Formats: sequence, C-alpha cells, structure tokens
Amino acid sequence: MTLKTLIGAASVLAMTTGFAFADAHSEGKMDAKKALMDAKAAIEKAMAALGGGTMMGGASYEFPDLDGDQVTVVSWGGAYTKSQVEAYHKPFISGTGAKVVSEDYNGGLAEIKAQVEAGNVTWDIVDVELSDAVRACDEGLAEEIDMSALPDGADGTSAADDFIAGTLDVPCAVPTIVWSTIFAYDKDKMKNGPKTIADFFDTKGFPGKRGLRKSPKANLEMALMADGVAADEVYDVLSTDEGVDRAFAKLDSIKDDVVWWEAGAQPPQLLADGEVAITTAYNGRIFNAVAAEDKPFEIVWDGQVWDLDLWIIPKGAKNKDAAMEFLKFSTSTQALADQASWISYGPTRKSSAPLVASYNSKPDLKMGPQMPTAPQNFKNALQNDFEFWADNQDELNERFNAWLAN
Amino acid sequence: MTDATATHGPDGLLLASDGTPLKTKLRQSMKASRRRAFGLVLPLLLFVLASFVIPIIMLLWTGVSNDTYASNMPRSAPLLRAWDGASQPTEEMAEAMVLDLIDARKAKTIGKVASRVNREQSGTRSLYTKSARRAAKMEAPFIDALVKADKDWADPETWRATKIAATSLTPAYYAAALDYKYTADGEFVEQSEERQIHVKLFWKTIWVSGAVMLFCLLLGYPVAYLLSHLPAKKANLLMILVLLPFWTSLLVRTTAWIAMLQSQGVLNDIFVWIGITGDEQRFSLIYNLTGTLIAMTHILLPFMILPIYSVMRAIPPSHVRAAKSLGATNWTAFWRVYFPATIPGIGAGGLLVFILSIGYYITPALVGGQDGQLISNFIAYHMQKSLNWSLAAALGGILLAIVLVLYWLYDRIVGIDNMKLG
Repeated sequence: MTLKTLIGAASVLAMTTGFAFADAHSEGKMDAKKALMDAKAAIEKAMAALGGGTMMGGASYEFPDLDGDQVTVVSWGGAYTKSQVEAYHKPFISGTGAKVVSEDYNGGLAEIKAQVEAGNVTWDIVDVELSDAVRACDEGLAEEIDMSALPDGADGTSAADDFIAGTLDVPCAVPTIVWSTIFAYDKDKMKNGPKTIADFFDTKGFPGKRGLRKSPKANLEMALMADGVAADEVYDVLSTDEGVDRAFAKLDSIKDDVVWWEAGAQPPQLLADGEVAITTAYNGRIFNAVAAEDKPFEIVWDGQVWDLDLWIIPKGAKNKDAAMEFLKFSTSTQALADQASWISYGPTRKSSAPLVASYNSKPDLKMGPQMPTAPQNFKNALQNDFEFWADNQDELNERFNAWLAN
Repeated sequence: MTDATATHGPDGLLLASDGTPLKTKLRQSMKASRRRAFGLVLPLLLFVLASFVIPIIMLLWTGVSNDTYASNMPRSAPLLRAWDGASQPTEEMAEAMVLDLIDARKAKTIGKVASRVNREQSGTRSLYTKSARRAAKMEAPFIDALVKADKDWADPETWRATKIAATSLTPAYYAAALDYKYTADGEFVEQSEERQIHVKLFWKTIWVSGAVMLFCLLLGYPVAYLLSHLPAKKANLLMILVLLPFWTSLLVRTTAWIAMLQSQGVLNDIFVWIGITGDEQRFSLIYNLTGTLIAMTHILLPFMILPIYSVMRAIPPSHVRAAKSLGATNWTAFWRVYFPATIPGIGAGGLLVFILSIGYYITPALVGGQDGQLISNFIAYHMQKSLNWSLAAALGGILLAIVLVLYWLYDRIVGIDNMKLG
C-alpha cells in the first residue's frame, strides 16, 4: 500500500497512526469516561501526526460452520443498515451458512428491556449508542463479552490495542463506528449556504424551516456552541442551571421554524422534499443521499457532535453463540473497512483505516475526507458525553418535552 | 317437575314428592341452572380476568409502588426509611450503603438502583456507579470513605433523594403525574414552571377529545339522518361508503392524511392552483394540532354515525307525521319529536368517540407534530423511551379515573340506560 493511497484515506489513517503516539490505553478499572476523553485526545493528536502506515496482514477471522443457525441483527435502518448488510451480513452468510434476519428500530433500550424482563429475547445482537450501551451493561440487560475472543487486527496487533483507546471499556459492548450529528442544506436552493453552527440558528440570514431531532441530545450542545460556548466547555456550561436556560433560550429563538424528526432516514427526505431548508442529521445519511442518490446536499461540519455505535448482545439472547460469531466477524479489520466504503462512518479499528479507500460504486469518491474525524471536519467538534446524559437525561428530557408542548 | 305432585306438610308448607319443602327444591334446581350458566361464561370471565383486569390492577400497583431500591439494596433501605431526613447521616447508614453497593455491583443491579435514585435527583446516577466501583476498597469510617470517593455524599440532598427511592410504597409518581414533587419530608411541592407539563396535557386531551366528539356529531348526524331516510338500495350503497374507511387500517388512513395535508401535499397544491394562497405561504395543516383534529375526526366518524343511524332506523316515521298533522312546523316536529328520540344514539356515539379519543395515541404521534401530542403519547414515551414505568402507570391511572368520572357524570345527566349502541 502506497503512501499516496494512505493520504487519500487521510482521516481514518490519522486515527491509525495517532495511536502509536498516544498510547492512552491503560489497564483495568479505568473510568470509562476518562478513557474516552483520552480517545478524543488521541484522535486530536493523530490529526496533527499524518504519515507512516501499517502493514497489511492476512484475514485474521476464520468462519466457523454455522449451517442451520440464525442470528437476528437489529440496527437503525436505511442506508446505515444497508452498509451493514453489504459489509457484515452478506459475507457472514456466505462464510458460515447461517441465516441472518435484519430488523430495524429507532434506538433506546425499551424493547431490549421488555424482552429481557419477559424472558423472551428475540433479538440476538443490537446496534446501540454509547450511552445506551453503558446503561444496558449497568442494568444487566446485556451479556458480558470476552474481549480476548475478538480477532486480532489484520496487521497482527491484538484487539485490545487495535481498537481506538478506551472504546473497549464497556464490558458488554464492542464498538463498530464513529458517527456524528451534523447539519446540512440543499445547495441548489441556498447558494450562499451556512458556514458555522451559529448560522443554523440565524433564521434571518438563512431563512427557511429547520429540521431537528426530537430529543434534547445534541440539540442543547449545538445551541450552546451556536451561542458562543467553546466545544470543550459545553458540558461544563450545561451542568449549570443557567447553562440549561441559555441552551433552551437559544432553541426558543428558532422554535416556530422547527420541523422535528425522529428516525435517521427522515432528514434527507425532509431536505429533498423542501420541507426544511437546513436540518441536523447523522452524517452518513446525508453522505448516502449525496453519493448514492446524487442529491445536491452540503454538510456543515462546524459544531458537529460525535459519538460511537456499538454492538450489544441482549441478556439471554436465544442465539448467543451465533451472535458472538457475528460480532467477532463484523468487528474484524476487513468488515469494518468494507463498511466504510458504503457509508461515511469511521471504523473503530486502527488497522481498518489503511484498507478504506473510496466509495463502493464511485472510485473517484475518496472516503477519507467524508469521515467525521477527517482533520478539516474535526476543527470544531464535540464528543457526546454519555455520562452527562446518563445523569441528566430524565430531567432534561422532561424539560425538553414540557418546552415542546408549550 | 316435582311440584305437580306437591302435597301439604304438617306445618302447611308445600312439599315436593320426596317430602322436602317446595321452596328448597326450587332453590336447588335454580342453583343447578345458575351453575350451568356460570360454567358457560367461565372461559370468558377467566380470559377477561387474566388479560384485562389483572394487568390493569398490576399496572396501577406499579404507579404507587416501586421496590427497585428496596429489593436490591436490602441493608440500607430500612435504615434510610427510618432516618428523619434532617439529621446527619449516621455511620451505620454509610456502612450499610457501602455493603449494598458492593453487592449491587456484583449482582449487576447497580445500574437499576442508580437510575432509580437519579430520577429523584439528577447526577446521582454516576455518583452511585462510581462509588460502587470503589466500594470494595472502602474502609471504616465509611461515611468519610464515601465522601472521599465523591464529595456529593456529604450533601444531605443525596441521602434525602435516596430516602425517597428507598420507600417502595410512595405517592411520588402520582404527584409527578400532577406536576408536583414529593419531598423526603413527605410534603408536596409544585414542580418548577419550566418542567410542568402533565396537567396541561390532561386538559388538552380532554378538550381535544371534546372537540373531536363535537365535530363528529356535526358531520355524522346529517349523514346518519340521510342514511336512515333514503330508500334501502341507496342507503346500502352509502352505508358502504361509511363502512369502507371503517374497515381500512388506521395507519393507512392516517398516512393518507399526511399525503393530503402536508405542505407539498394535495390540498395545498390545490389551494395554490386556485390562488387561495401563494406558493411561499402554504398552510400548515399537519404536524400540529390542526392535523390531529382533522385525522382523529375522520377516523372516529363511523363510531358516531353507526349508533345514531341504528337509533334513527328504529324511530317510526308516524311520529313525525303525527306531529305535523297536529300543526307542528317541520322544525318543531324535528326538534321536539324527532331529535329527543335520537338522544340515546347521540349519547352512545358521543361517549364512544370521546372515550376512544381520550386514549388516542398513534394518530397524534404521526400527525401531531409538537403541539398535537396528547397525554397518551407521554404514557407511551415513559413506557418506551424513558423506561419510567411507574410514572406511566400513574398517568394511566389518572386517565382511567377521568374516564370513570366522566362516565359517572354521563350516567347522572343522561342516564346510562338511555344509551343505545344498536
């Protein structure tokens, strides 16, 4: 693999190489939050440290024979599920002979909780956000996973060193991607589009309806960043009553112009239909609309809020062993790298980075610059603080709902 | 029957042929037939009991009782309940807390416990999970060890929040469902202004249901009148038009309204085309209260039409003719003779529509946007998203009480015997 190709996949590569410098992975009982802060620091360091590469190794995951077995895989639907079907399900089916059933959901732990408490667990493996992964683990809703069973990276590094530092610290969950909440607009309809997060809230300068996720998560953070709070101070401000008031006041300034969305597939549709002029969205969904459907959408990365998606296996899953095999395969170097050629979510294994090149059907479309973690996209970025949300979501959801209904 | 051969006994009682008094004999035979009747309804009774009555009672129970803390933290819970909430937390409480934290971490129930306490005070979730991680290494004096792990343990509010969580049987959820906060001192304090939501939503649900009922009546009464007065052939054809949407899936009808009403939808396109509004100022007909009202009225209309229709069918045409022959005008004959006879149908239809719409959930969720949400959407939210089942149960309990009160009022004013469903 040449250096040129590596630079093509700049962002992912950055993640790869950075970790050689930033060995933040400590042993044992490290606070999960601290570890993730280290992960962030490591990515930031990596941005500055482009260069060098890793050697490609052979496939390190061997398919077992699972003929007659079945796995029910639950994910978020739309383009994201498609990327998983292409990169995980299809090779897994042909490799093992197992049957894979794909189901969609809209996030949250309600269904898993209901299944576990009823003792009838029909989902075998579920794609969840970090905050839900931590909660599921704490509340005994997910099986513990033996991290040493995860395959080595393609370059021979052990799984523990291969995953972004700190991301393996939730004992029930294995991370697959880095994703981000960004905002986007239709550049055919808006020639001089918004540039910063403050522009999103400027309905005079950029008239038109706004799309926002019907949840306080990411919205409050973006409101504060638009109000002039620096990314690394957002959660400090949000921890005070005045900070929450300030965030809601900012949201209040555009409340009458907001169309609320709930499923990740909605925002690209709202943009395409002209129901909104600018909308927040998951970056991969907008990328997919641009790459696969040639929509004239433009992503604004300023003020992005990034997060991880992870696999968990619900406690008492019927096909636990097959699900574990699916988990091992889908988090292997090659599968993660393959997924990144279908959607612009960054793989969580460092060894996947050099294998990511361009979009599956468009060799000219390099995936590197599309990733949330690409240096030019990562200038003003905030990591979603799962611990803040675990502590405050009851109160903030309540206030958000009251605010919405009034 | 035995009474054919009845004779009189010595004390004058009628006796059956075997000498037992006829009264007893009759009671015995009645008993047998009663038992048979009971046996016939037993399967249904058991089904209703198992699938309806018991779940409702269990859910209502969840609204006043939550033993997440008490069952997972058995040492500290009784101590906290006995604590007065004002004095300094004792070393005994701290020791019990530390031991419980260690066990809860081992049993993987610490997350549940932490979530429970966190509902009483934001921020205690991480305090509990963090302290539980360190609890195994703590040494006496435990109160200082806890404070050393996190200074929030020095804050009496933390202990007071835990005291509330430790009390299994609590009015806290019903208080929360009515926008009050139940404190550790056993007082009810009004929730801060920006977090008040439920009472407003209850009122909104009631007036939206009332409005839907009224719209259904205004639209449905003339239709029912037409149906019952047309010749049978035409009436049947019209009846199919009423029933066809009734048989169509609720989701299909709701989604069809989205296609009709959205800003790039059929209705707005027509408005723009005939010039009622400009292309830039299309009406917002959906994803708000207007959308909820339109879609709910349409979906519930058959429930109004059918009972009124069946009552109208039973009114003899001779009544109105008689009124007219006695000199009444058309209006008087309708208002004084015909209309009063249709009141049982209006009552039945109105009650049906009102009670159905008070619990309506899917339609407001799909077309309600932000201000068209009703209380049932929040019950669903607390069941599915926030996982606060006790609050959901309390909200549901209040909703049930409202329906029962309205039912009682209806019975007092109109009389439930007057209701005719068909």
